[in-house]
Amino acid sequence: MNSLIAGVILILCLSSYFFGRSEARKLVTQNIKLKALPAYYGYYLSLWCGLPALIIFGCWSLFEPAIIKVLILNNFPQIESKDLFYEQTLSFFNGNFSGEITNEIKAASIKYSSINIIAQNSKIVIIAAALIGSLTFAYRKIQKNNKARDDVEIILKVLLFTSSLVAILTTVGIIVSLLFESLKFFSTINIFEFIFGTSWSPQRAFVRDASAITPEELLELQDAFGSVPLFAGTAFIALIAMCVAVPIGLFSGIYLAEYASTKVRKYSKPIIEILAGIPTVVYGFFAALTVGPFFRTLGESLGLTVSSESALAAGLIMGVMIIPYISSLSDDVINSVPQSLREGSYAIGATKSETIKKVVIPAALPGIIGSILLAVSRAIGETMIVVMAAGLAANLTINPLESTTTITTQIVMILVGDQEFDSPKTQAAFALGLTLFIATLILNYIALRVVKKYREKYD
Amino acid sequence: MTKEQRLKKRYRAEKRFKMYGLISVSLAVIFVLILVQNIFSKGSSAFSRTMIEVEVNYDSSLLELDSPINQNSLKDADFYDLAVESLLKIYPAKDSKEERQILRLFSPDYEFEIKDFLIKNPNKIDQVVPVKITASDDIDQLNKGNFPRDLPEDRRRVSNYQLNIYDNLVEKEKINKKFNNYLFTKGDSRDPELAGIGGSLMGSFFTIIICLVLSFPIAIMASIYLEEFAPKNKITDFIEININNLAAVPSIVYGLLGLGILLSVMEFPRSTPLVAGITLSLMTLPRIIIPCRASLKAVPPSIREAALSVGASKFQTVFHHVVPLAMPGTLSGTIIGLAQALGETAPLILIGMVAFVVDIPSSPVDPSASLPVQVYLWSEQAERGFVEKTSATIMMLLGFLIVMNFIAVYLRQKFEKKWN
Repeated sequence: MNSLIAGVILILCLSSYFFGRSEARKLVTQNIKLKALPAYYGYYLSLWCGLPALIIFGCWSLFEPAIIKVLILNNFPQIESKDLFYEQTLSFFNGNFSGEITNEIKAASIKYSSINIIAQNSKIVIIAAALIGSLTFAYRKIQKNNKARDDVEIILKVLLFTSSLVAILTTVGIIVSLLFESLKFFSTINIFEFIFGTSWSPQRAFVRDASAITPEELLELQDAFGSVPLFAGTAFIALIAMCVAVPIGLFSGIYLAEYASTKVRKYSKPIIEILAGIPTVVYGFFAALTVGPFFRTLGESLGLTVSSESALAAGLIMGVMIIPYISSLSDDVINSVPQSLREGSYAIGATKSETIKKVVIPAALPGIIGSILLAVSRAIGETMIVVMAAGLAANLTINPLESTTTITTQIVMILVGDQEFDSPKTQAAFALGLTLFIATLILNYIALRVVKKYREKYD
Repeated sequence: MTKEQRLKKRYRAEKRFKMYGLISVSLAVIFVLILVQNIFSKGSSAFSRTMIEVEVNYDSSLLELDSPINQNSLKDADFYDLAVESLLKIYPAKDSKEERQILRLFSPDYEFEIKDFLIKNPNKIDQVVPVKITASDDIDQLNKGNFPRDLPEDRRRVSNYQLNIYDNLVEKEKINKKFNNYLFTKGDSRDPELAGIGGSLMGSFFTIIICLVLSFPIAIMASIYLEEFAPKNKITDFIEININNLAAVPSIVYGLLGLGILLSVMEFPRSTPLVAGITLSLMTLPRIIIPCRASLKAVPPSIREAALSVGASKFQTVFHHVVPLAMPGTLSGTIIGLAQALGETAPLILIGMVAFVVDIPSSPVDPSASLPVQVYLWSEQAERGFVEKTSATIMMLLGFLIVMNFIAVYLRQKFEKKWN
C-alpha cells in the first residue's frame, strides 16, 4: 500500500514537470513574455506537487504505528504488560500467533483492524487532498506567469539548508539518547560510585523488577558499577598502542617527508595507508587468533604466564592500526614547515638529522602533538580489536601480560544478545557511552585547536 | 676530541637517524605483508570442499512413493533411510556405534544432497549411481592437511576407525575436492562445511545501498549549502563544528544512537539492513561531507565568475558548472566513505545484527548478518573449519575494499581537472 502511494506521488511529480513546461510554452504562443525558462515552470509545479504530499506521507508513516498503539491500549487499562499484549495482538492479527488466545487479544485485534482501515483511508484522503490543493495552487501561479525561477530557487535553498541541519540533528540524537538513559542510570546509581568505584561486575546487577528496587538489591548494584577498572584498562591499552604507534609513526613520517626519494615515497606511503583502511574486525581476528596465542607460547617458553587475551596483544595490534594516522598527519605537518628554516640551519653547518631534531620538529611540534591526540582519541574509541583480543574480566592491573577490559568492550558485552531495556545494566552501557563520547570530544577539540593554531602560524 | 672525531660522530648520528626512519617504514610495510600473508594462507583452503563419492542405490521401494514419480513427489519423499543405507555400505561396521561414526564422516545435509541429485536426474531412479557428497568438517580439514594425525586418539576429533575408513577411501580414490560453491550460496550454519557468506553478502549489499541512498544526496546538498550559499553566521559555524566533531566520534557511539533512538523509540525491526543502513549513513555523512566540501572548494572562482557574468543565477552557476566539475572528487570521497562503512562492525553489533541467521535475506527488512559481523561471529567459534571460513570472508571483504578504493583513485586521477 505504502509503496503504491509513494509510486503515485512520484509519477504525478514527473508528469507535472512536463505539464508545467508545456503550459509555460503555451503562454509563449499567446505572446506573453515568460519571466523564466519553461523548464522552471515544470520544476515549480513538480516541487509543489511532490513536497507537501511526501512530507505528509513521511510524517504519517512515522507516527501512525505509535498512535494506533496508544489508541488501542487506552481501551484496555487493566492489562499489565502492555508491550507484550500489543505484540501478541499484532501477531494474532497477522495470523502467525501461537499461544493462548485470550478474549482481550481478540477484542484488541478487532479494534486494530477497524482503526487500521480508518487510518489507511484517511491517509489516502489527506494525501490526495494535499496533492490536489498544492497542484491547483501552483497551477494558478503558473498561469499568472510568476517568477518561477526565483520561487524554485528559494524552495531548493530551503532543502539544501535542511540537509545541512542533519549534522546538528545527529549530534542532538546522540546526546539525547546517551543522556536520557544515563540519567535513568544515575538515578539508581550514585554518579560518584560510578566514576570512583573500583569494582566492575555488571553480571551481579540482577534486578527482579526495575520499577521497584529493594534496598538490598540497591546495595549490590552500588557495588557492581565502579568503572575505574574500565577507565584504567582503556588508558592502559591505549598507552601500549601509543608506545608502538608514536615512534614508528613519527619516524616513518619524518623519513617520508625528509629522506625518502620520490619513488620510495610513491610506493610506501599508500602501503602504510592500507593499514588505516583495513576494517578493525580484521585486526581483531588477527590479534585474537595469531598474535595472542603467539605471545602465549613465547611467554611459556620463557617461563612467564601470559593470558591468551593479554593487554599486550590488543595494544600492540591497535598500535599498528594507528601508525598511519600519526605518520601521514606528521608527514603533512613536517612538509608545511617553511623551507627557509631548514636552509638557515644548513647554512650554519648542521647535518640533516640535526636540522630535523633541532629546527623542524620543534617548529612542527604543535601539529605533531595534535596528531598524537587524535590518535589517542581513536585508540580510546576503538572497539573490535579489544572486544576480540582483550579480556572481559575487569582487572585493575598494570601487568601487560594479564587481561584487562575496556569501556568499549563492556558496552558491547552488555548489549550483545537480548536485553530488557529498563535494567540498570543496559543503562550502564549508555552511561559508559556518554563518558566515551565526552572523552573523545574533549580530545578532538583540543587536537583540532592545536593543529589550527599551528596552521595559522605558517600559512 | 679532535675536529675529525667530532665530525665522524655527527655523521654516525646522521646515519643512525636515517636508519630509524627506514626501519619504521619497513616495519609498517612488513606488518601489512604479514597480515595479508597470514589471512591468505589461512583462508585459501576455504575455497575448496572435500567430497566423498558414494554409490547410491536409488531404490524406489525405500522411498515409499505412492504417487507417480515426478519432481513434486520426489520433493515430498523421505530420503533418510535410502541415504543411510547407501552411506553405510562404504565400510563394514560392527555395531551401531561404528555406524554412527561412518555417518559422521559426512555433512549432516547428506540426505538432501542425495535427494537433490535425484531431483536433478529423475531418470536415475532404481539405479545405482555414484554421487559426490560433502564430507564433514573433520574429514575436510584432515584432507586439507590442517589436522595433526599423530595426536593420541582421545585428543583428536577423528577416531582411529574413521581414519581407517578415510585412508581406505583415499586409496580407492573416492575422496576428491571441488570448488566450494556453498561458501557463496549458503547462509550461516552451525556446521562449518555448510556455512556460507551468501546471507551476509546480501546483508552487506542492502546495508551499503541504503547507506548510499541516504547519505550521498544529503551529503552533497549539505556541502553545496555550506560551501556555496551559507552566510557567515553563528548557525553556519555551529553546523561546521558539529560536522567536524561527528567525523571523529567513535563508531560505537553511533551504535548506541541506533539502539537508543531507531530501535527503542522508533521501533524499527531489529537486526535488519534497514536499521544498519540508517545508522551507518549517519556515521558516514560527516565523513563524506568533508571531502565533498574540499572538492567544491577546489573549483576556482573564475568558473563561478564567468557563469555569473553571462547572466546565470547563483543556482545555475552552482548546479550547471561548479557541481559537475567537483563531481570526480565528491564521488571518490563518497566511495571511500562507503568503503569505511562496509568494514564497520561495532555499531552493527549493537543494533542486533549478531543474530544467527540461516536464511538469505531477500529484502532490507529481513534479519541478516553482514560481512564484518560474520567475521566476528565465526571468529568466536571453536571449530578449525570456521577459521578458514573467517579468513575467506576477510579476503572477500578486503577484495571489495580494494576494488572500491581503486575506483575512487581512478575517478580522481582520470576525471579531476588540475587548475593551474
